[in-house]
Amino acid sequence: MLYNTQDIFETTRMITQNKLDVRTITMGISLRDCCHPDINVVAQKIYDKICLKAEKLVKTGEDLEVELGVPIINKRISVTPISMVGESCDTNDYVPLAKALDRAGKQVGVNFIGGFSALVDKGYTKGDRNLINSIPEALDVTDIVCSSVSVGSTKCGINMDAVKQMGEIIKLTAKRTADRDALGCAKLVVFCNAVPDNPFMAGAFLGVTEPETVINVGVSGPGVVKHALESVRNGDIGEVAETIKKTAFKITRVGQLVAQEAAKRLNTQFGIIDLSLAPTPAVGDSVAHILEEIGLECCGGPGTTATLAMLNDAVKKGGLMASSYVGGLSGAFIPVSEDAGMIHAVECGCLTLEKLEAMTCVCSVGLDMIAIPGDTTAATISAIIADEAAIGMINNKTTAVRVIPVPGKGVGEKVEFGGLLGYAPIIKVNTYSAERFISRGGRIPAPVRSLTN
Amino acid sequence: MQVVLTIVGEDQVGIIAKVSNALADMNINIVNINQNIMQGFFNMVLIAEMDKANVSIKEARDVMTKLGEEIGVEIRLQSEEIFTAMHRI
Repeated sequence: MLYNTQDIFETTRMITQNKLDVRTITMGISLRDCCHPDINVVAQKIYDKICLKAEKLVKTGEDLEVELGVPIINKRISVTPISMVGESCDTNDYVPLAKALDRAGKQVGVNFIGGFSALVDKGYTKGDRNLINSIPEALDVTDIVCSSVSVGSTKCGINMDAVKQMGEIIKLTAKRTADRDALGCAKLVVFCNAVPDNPFMAGAFLGVTEPETVINVGVSGPGVVKHALESVRNGDIGEVAETIKKTAFKITRVGQLVAQEAAKRLNTQFGIIDLSLAPTPAVGDSVAHILEEIGLECCGGPGTTATLAMLNDAVKKGGLMASSYVGGLSGAFIPVSEDAGMIHAVECGCLTLEKLEAMTCVCSVGLDMIAIPGDTTAATISAIIADEAAIGMINNKTTAVRVIPVPGKGVGEKVEFGGLLGYAPIIKVNTYSAERFISRGGRIPAPVRSLTN
Repeated sequence: MQVVLTIVGEDQVGIIAKVSNALADMNINIVNINQNIMQGFFNMVLIAEMDKANVSIKEARDVMTKLGEEIGVEIRLQSEEIFTAMHRI
């Protein structure tokens, strides 16, 4: 026998019962050669290049899905930050470029296209300013375009002018897409220490150090980890960590196989595997439920940060050996609306915004997909962004904020985004004002990297 | 290319016969069969070679899925690569 029968049934069980899947194959496409003074020419160049390079992306993903028998949920595209591509144009409005991305993405059949982005860790260029001002309209008039803005990093500190502006931009985006429960904000993320090879949305863009085209893959599998942990209910925490490690290894090997094959068939380079445990709203695919399996009554209670830290670390340790190149965000995701266990924990009052913030200190990636009351002020949103960016800056990790201030809705009400974006109960936000702090603007200096306590 | 078929379901007469007939029709050569009955449940892992097959892997999978539905067992057909990746270093 070439394989152990038990191994074979383990793999099929992971797929059929525990929702093992490859979350996304994301093709990075450089648009640096699409610059031109006339924005209509740039839009056409962008459309043509994406359609040419990604023509076979979806088909390749579907073929691999059939051959390997493992679901590949999303096929996506990330592009060079549009602030850099648009900068050559003699216009201030980059919405036509967002529309070009939207059309191209739909033409090749991907479900999201990321890169309507600007990196302003230290300050703005003309293109950055134009892009950020275009975000609310761009996210309103397109369907599959995702936007991200990096406002700080460990090396540069935090650009507080951008933090202030992004609070306002999030409010404007919410207002423009109020008829869809502020769906635009679900496609907009604010980063500290943004990574150039992230395959996950809404924060994917192709960094300037990346090649012409590249394949990055995000794996998943919270359900598989939870199932594996059911077999060590009486073990000590070391056994739990070991079990997570072994499971993460197996999950990542599938991602590695898919990434290598996809890159080969698309005649491009394999970039990285993102070792993230990405939940979905489906029952049995929740990161919160893993923490509860480890021994918490409910995610969000005392012990949540410690269990999450261990989970995150064990996933990385297992995944690192399974893949030749690891990158992206690589950590357990805790998007509230996309995780059945998180949704329940917020609904029952166990999981609060403050606890979520603590959790982001030890895991990827930040305050993600959190619906907040529509009357939350721009300054408060900016202050939440500043807090989260500070955690990333000091701890030398990526952090992000993707909050959705839902117009006309308050704490306890529900908001439905549909599909992978899920649904969320609106969470309470501390309303004490940070107005004076935020209105100062300027820059938080880069932090000291020694004497760390 | 080698493929792995896993067949799970309630035991009945003729499962192997029907599966191997269907594979023969597609000119897919059986390399190895491991089968047992556990508490009335039929479990089988079958490894086959597709190099001389007259169908694509997608067509073969569709044929076997349909056959499984007809006889009331679950048949999955996958490339062996995923098992190698997961269980061999």
